[in-house]
Amino acid sequence: MTTFVLFITVFLACAVEAVEAVTIVLAAGTSRHWGSAIQGTAAALVVLTVIVAALGPAIGLLPLSALRLVVGALLLVFGLQWLRKAVLRGSGYKALHDETEAYAKEIAAAQAAGAGGRGVVRDWYAFTLSFKGVFLEGLEVAFIVVTFGNNQRDIPTAVLGAAAAVLAVTGVGLAVRAPLARVPENTMKFAVGTMLTAFGVFWSAEGAGATWPGSDAALLVLVPAVALLALGYTALLRRTGAPTTRPAAPAASAPVEGTR
Amino acid sequence: MTWIRSFAMFWYDFIVGDDWRVAVGVVAGLAATAALVHAGVNAWWLLPVVVIALLGLSLRRVVKAAQQN
Repeated sequence: MTTFVLFITVFLACAVEAVEAVTIVLAAGTSRHWGSAIQGTAAALVVLTVIVAALGPAIGLLPLSALRLVVGALLLVFGLQWLRKAVLRGSGYKALHDETEAYAKEIAAAQAAGAGGRGVVRDWYAFTLSFKGVFLEGLEVAFIVVTFGNNQRDIPTAVLGAAAAVLAVTGVGLAVRAPLARVPENTMKFAVGTMLTAFGVFWSAEGAGATWPGSDAALLVLVPAVALLALGYTALLRRTGAPTTRPAAPAASAPVEGTR
Repeated sequence: MTWIRSFAMFWYDFIVGDDWRVAVGVVAGLAATAALVHAGVNAWWLLPVVVIALLGLSLRRVVKAAQQN
């Protein structure tokens, strides 16, 4: 895996989660109290940094074969979850994720909640809402940073990819002060699911003792093969007649918009 | 106890997700790969087959459930 592929995989995974986290923080900030929302975000980022800093070196101590078996299996399960959702959304079997609707729901819930602060936090609801949103969305990214970074023995590039995505999404979110509804989340989730699944298959099979024909070059076949498989399933499901919202994209293209 | 249950449920949802059969299938596929390698067969081909089957079956369950509703 090249440094660029590692960077782009982590960047995309992080960007998908960051869009959802930014939606929650924006809702907490605009409807409640910006200071408390930012405090909650900062607290979650500190906890996530501690988790990456603690788990990164610990996982790095494992023998490479054990690391690839365990991490490959986890990546494979994660990747299949992401792909499954992307295929279901792309084919219309699951409603597309609507950031505008999610934002409106968070705003309504935040406005209905009671006021009150604790310690240096003026609005506890805004703080906890932001903290939970950023922490839960960030945990998956932290896992990808640690596992991909360790497997490639290149944690700095993985961290750089994650940081670049968070900065880019946060920058745009703060600039527009509105949910990022136009980000093609499902396409990004589809791409990340493909990468996680392909690398999960590759690493876990190696960890189980198998040897790939062509060694690392097998990934050049695995990645497009997984993408084609998911696109094929998407096209097949569309032909069966999905019961929910139809996607706007043509049948042969990658699923568009929305995740989770 | 509620806290422990919530904590366990969080990690189950985080790792296993919506379809536990996929996670079980991945573990079974890896065990079979390791067993074949141990028996002298370089079973690199098994996991891609398992992935095709697991994703297909998981999607099929959703389609069937949707058609029944």
